[in-house]
Amino acid sequence: MPVKSLAARKNDLSNPVKQLEILNNGIFKSGELPYFKDKVASTPTSELKPKKLEILQLNLGYMCNQTCSHCHVDAGPDRKEIMTVETMEQCLEVIRKTGAHTLDLTGGAPEMNPNFRWFVEEASKAGIQDFIVRSNLTIIRANKKYFDLPEFFKKHNVHVISSLPFYKREKTDRQRGKGVFDKSIEALKMLNSVGYGREGSNLKLDLVYNPSGAFLPTNQEALEKDFKKALKEDFDIDFNQLFAITNLPISRFLEYLIASENYEDYMYALVEAFNPSAVENVMCTNTLSVSWDGWLYDCDFNQMLGLKVASKVTHIKDYNEEVLQNRDIIISQHCYGCTAGAGSSCQGSVT
Amino acid sequence: MSKTYYDPADLRKFGNITEWNEELGKKFFDYYNQVFEAGALSAREKSLIALAVSHVVQCPYCIDAYTKDGLQRGIEKEEMMEAVHVGAAIKGGATLVHGVQMMNKYDKLSM
Repeated sequence: MPVKSLAARKNDLSNPVKQLEILNNGIFKSGELPYFKDKVASTPTSELKPKKLEILQLNLGYMCNQTCSHCHVDAGPDRKEIMTVETMEQCLEVIRKTGAHTLDLTGGAPEMNPNFRWFVEEASKAGIQDFIVRSNLTIIRANKKYFDLPEFFKKHNVHVISSLPFYKREKTDRQRGKGVFDKSIEALKMLNSVGYGREGSNLKLDLVYNPSGAFLPTNQEALEKDFKKALKEDFDIDFNQLFAITNLPISRFLEYLIASENYEDYMYALVEAFNPSAVENVMCTNTLSVSWDGWLYDCDFNQMLGLKVASKVTHIKDYNEEVLQNRDIIISQHCYGCTAGAGSSCQGSVT
Repeated sequence: MSKTYYDPADLRKFGNITEWNEELGKKFFDYYNQVFEAGALSAREKSLIALAVSHVVQCPYCIDAYTKDGLQRGIEKEEMMEAVHVGAAIKGGATLVHGVQMMNKYDKLSM
């Protein structure tokens, strides 16, 4: 697995334009596979338009303590892009007046933003119904200063969503780095011990599964059952839901697909698994993604591809929910990742 | 023409066999899909059986397909290899059990 981000390695694929070139050409340009927009046009939905905004997702920065081989953010310790207090204040203004019921903080490791705690405290005052922090788990064990994160999350009634690619050490460590599995287990135990994920507790702890390779996730419920059984029996760990998320062919996962000569097969698999009913509920129809520097995107993936919203309003400082509501959603061939099988979103399956 | 008999890219064209005989092709794929639905056996068990049989019939397409299917289902490599050994044991056994026929014939022909 890579030890540095594409950006630090000055890899061609760190440039979103290069990634889009790959996604728009090759087997799609030759007509071997249909473009996503044509595929969507053939469904009852016919085109992607925003519905009511439900989820505001903020990326607090690309810095992370891990360098996962599948990361679509190209995050890592070497990334210096971090949301400033000024942008955070602009976000807080929006959080106080938005109609969205869910606030979703992500990264990188959002906890590594030096103003993370202040921001969570301020944001939690806005009375958002569901306040999510996407924590990679190992950050809780990375440094003494993070050991009290479970207590901090509890204090602000944060809904923790954490990635754990598999309930066995080998596959987890291969995707996310040596030692990640053991640290993740320790962190899950810490979350459980303050009440997260335990029966009868209101503190929600969900896990995210994503395949550790060039294949699609299987049925979310079946996986959840396997995860729950294994984690309970082996480690006495409890959690609420498992979200099965498809890896989208961008950034470091795209690099892996190309290097392992799996790119074409993977795109075929995604297109073959295209599910018209997943199109109705893809997350770009109810989500807005805000980058560390305040720009607005239809989703986190479009953010990483540099595809800003097609609206008069493109920055959080000019935020206007009504104006944004009338935009067209920007799509490309990576979108097949969200419509495959049971569909995929930051909230798991969509059908 | 390609210089090898097997091209991995041909696997995704499997469905094209229907183009030259729609009725039989469709019947086959309907049957195939139904076979792999969960029934008295789980879909996971069926996947492992398919993997073992794929090795016994030495079908490279099937091996690719059911290795990937197993990965998707969270089947672990130890389970996959054990399934392959089950196939190998039956195939080896099938060879060896004919040894009895050989012994019978030998005895019959010998004074």
